[in-house]
Parts: sequence; structure tokens; C-alpha cells
Amino acid sequence: MTKTLKINKNVEQGILELLRFLLDGGKVSGVFTLKRINKEGSVAYSLVTRSDELEDAVPLFPLMPVNAGKLLSRFSLRGKSNKPVAAVVKPCELRAFIELVKREQGSLENIFFISSTCGGVYPIEMAVDGAVENNLSKYWEAVKKGEIPAQIRPACRGCVEFKPYTADMTVDLVGSSDIDKRCMILLNTKNGEELAQDMKGDFLEKELDKKILDKFQNKREAERKKLFDEIEEKMKGLDGFIDIFGKCLGCHGCSKVCPICYCKLCEFESPDSEYKPSNYESDLKKRGGLKVPPGTVYFQIGRLDHIAISCVGCGACEDVCPVDIPISIIFKKVGESVQKLFDYIPGRDVKEEIPLLTFEKDELSEVED
Amino acid sequence: MKKDEEFMPRILAFLCNWCSYAGADLAGTSRLKYPPSILPIRVMCSSRVDPLFIVKAYLGGIDGVLLAGCHPGDCHYEKGNYYTRRRFALIKKIFEELDMEADRLLLSWISASEGPKYAKVATEFTEKIKKLGENPAKNKIFL
Repeated sequence: MTKTLKINKNVEQGILELLRFLLDGGKVSGVFTLKRINKEGSVAYSLVTRSDELEDAVPLFPLMPVNAGKLLSRFSLRGKSNKPVAAVVKPCELRAFIELVKREQGSLENIFFISSTCGGVYPIEMAVDGAVENNLSKYWEAVKKGEIPAQIRPACRGCVEFKPYTADMTVDLVGSSDIDKRCMILLNTKNGEELAQDMKGDFLEKELDKKILDKFQNKREAERKKLFDEIEEKMKGLDGFIDIFGKCLGCHGCSKVCPICYCKLCEFESPDSEYKPSNYESDLKKRGGLKVPPGTVYFQIGRLDHIAISCVGCGACEDVCPVDIPISIIFKKVGESVQKLFDYIPGRDVKEEIPLLTFEKDELSEVED
Repeated sequence: MKKDEEFMPRILAFLCNWCSYAGADLAGTSRLKYPPSILPIRVMCSSRVDPLFIVKAYLGGIDGVLLAGCHPGDCHYEKGNYYTRRRFALIKKIFEELDMEADRLLLSWISASEGPKYAKVATEFTEKIKKLGENPAKNKIFL
């Protein structure tokens, strides 16, 4: 059983009250959360230190403008935070941040994580025309019932990692029918308990409802299988890959938003990977034709090689793709199979080493000749 | 290539300086026979081979890639080949998942004294690639 804080308000109000309590009580110096920019539904991650600035904060808004793991990495890249900060993030954002910390791209110190069981987020294009705002009531209806909301990111539809692994506090959302009336926050860690201490509300012992979440998991798994099967149908060898990725513009937008792609100097953007006239000549001589810019397929397979082991399947890549390539599902599918090789779940535990940086002496005999 | 000519694959072999390259050398000095399909590249350690080299070679149209190093436990740098094995497993899995003829990739441990093994691996791998035929990437334009 986990110590749980119950606030008798609807879940969004409840979280805001907790955040205000943390700021006003001096328990944290800052809050990292989604905040409304305007009425059209644009939101952005913001760092807030004054509690009156929390008025238009929307911590649980179903949108991921940027993977917060990437933002928190930038926040703590040049040194740990000197003062305690509470960050409200989605489970995959937390996992992405853990993966970045493993790569020495950030520090967990002085950051407390509030996460939730996650119903998924809408694609970013829906934020632009206000569609998210119009769908909000439908979204929460579905989450309450433990169903998959319509129109969310494909990556979210098939996501089975909707429970946070290492959050200090977990908000009970999915399948929780009374989120209109009360806000249940599980205090998973000692830090979580200490933060919530003296907060107005009831403290009780509770667990997430396993039966409801298992049911939700089954729905997600079925959806995931459908998405994977569809992609497998198209992914038939090199021809299939070209069919899917041939229209890639080479904009590298997917790598720019990918939380795992952290290199400041990307190998695929270095002058070395730029084709010289002699490269064009030799390639053209061999093939009799060449896509321009060349190397988009190489880029995609290369990116798979670089990040598949740590792909958290957040779906940010697909969200920004201007030519609608189903990148996130392909990366998720390949990523999961690669991760399974090493029994690895990215972001599960900061102490687990990235499989490529370690080894067992006796393993993988199946790949040897 | 003329039609009646037999297809001779081109296989890129990354050989580590301390074991497999010496093994290949031994195969030569022992006058062992193996097909003229192998294009060797000497690397200081098999772990020097970035999996992207393999991807690049494959997309460039090479028919097969052989990656060879010291036996596990015998690495000149003590643990380089353990990392190689994980990286190779990763790239092979990616090829498998994309349904892209993972059989064209081979990892083998060949020590400096294993000239016959080198000749055997080279022969068998060449035969395997012959059965697979030419790399389809060779004539693809949209790469």
C-alpha cells in the first residue's frame, strides 16, 4: 500500500492546489508545468516561481508541445538545479529524462516528479486550431471510463507504458471515475511524502486499481498490435522501407524533437555526411539515378541504430513530420524488439546501464557464427 | 556481368588487427583456397566498427558484410569484442525487424592461428550470399 493524498476537489484543481501549497510553503522554489498561452488552446511548458502565475497552468493538459524530458535536460545540463523544483510530466517524458540523465545530459538532483497514469496526448496540429480545447470534455470522459480517447497520437494509442516508473507522486487518472470530485495522489517515495506533508486533505493507504488498469492495458495492447501489424504489412524489405521513407524530405525534424537524440553536432548534419561531387558521380555511375537530397534512408536507419535502444515511444517525431511518415510506430516497433534483446525498458531505473555501454561475458551466442 | 557468368558476391570484411587479420594472413600463407569475394578492411579492434559502417555498406550495394574479431575473452583490448557483439546484435535485429535480409550480415570470431577457419568462413559465407543473390540496394535510386 502506498500513502495517498486525497483532495476533495476535481483532479485539475487538486493538482493546482498541491502546486500552490508547495510553492507558498517554500517546499519547492519552482514548478515546471504546462501553462496556457492563449484561449485558442496553445500551451507551453513553463517554469513558475510565483503561485499567482499558476492561475492558467494546466498540468494535466493532454498535449506534449515538446517532450519535457528534453526540456528538463536543457534545464539541468550545465549543472544541477540549486533549488528544489516540482515538475509535472507525463510518464514517457519522465522516462526520456531518465535516459538523458544516463547520458549525462541532465541531473535528477533537486527535481521532484509528479506524474500520472496517462491517457495519451493529442497531436500538436490539434492545438493550433483549437481542436484540443473542443475535445477536452470528450477526452476526460474517455479517461474516466478507462477507454482510449479518440484522435490521440498513434504512439499514445498503442502505448502500454502509461504508468510512471520513478515519479515521486502519481496522480490516479485512468479509469478513475470520480476525478470530477476528488484528486488522488499516490506518494510513491519518501520525497513525495515529505512534500505533501501538512497539505490540506485526507491521507490514506491506497494502490492504483490493478483490475481497471489491466483492462486498460489490454485495450492498449490490442491497439498496439493493430498498429504494428499494419506497419509490418508495409514493411517488406528494402522496397517497403523506401515506400515508406522515400518521401522523407530530410528536414531532420524528427531528430530535432526526439528526446533521445541529444547530440549537439549530429553525425548526419556534419559536413562529412554531405555528398561531394565525386560521391554523386560514383553513386550515379552505379545506380543511374539518385534521390536528392541523398541519404534519407541512411539517416532513418542510422537514427534507428542510435536511439532504438532508448526510444520511449513518445511520438513527438511523427507529430512534426511534414510528410506524415508513421515514424513513431516504426521506431516503437523496432525499439521494443531491440530493447527486448537486453531485457531493457528505457527510463525504468536510472541505475540500469544503457545496454550498449555494458556487456555480459556469456550472452548472445545466437548472433555469433 | 554477363548472363552466363556465375555471380560472384562482393563481401566486405572488417578484420581486427590482432586476430582475424592475422588469421586471414595465415590462410593466405598456408595457401588455403577460398573464393575471391572478400574485400578486407583492417581495423584495430572489431569494436571500432560503427554499426553505421554496416548500414552504409549495405545501402551502397555490398552483397555481404563479415565482421570478425578475437574470440570472447581473447580481445587484445580485453573487452572490445564484447561491445562488438552487442552492437552487432542490435544492428542485426534492426535489419530483421525491417525485413531487410539480416542474413547478409555475419559476425565471426577468428583467432590468429585459425587460418583454416577463416578460409571456411569465407567459403561458406560466399556460398550463402550466392544463394541470396545480388543485394537489391545496388540498383535502388531512392536511398
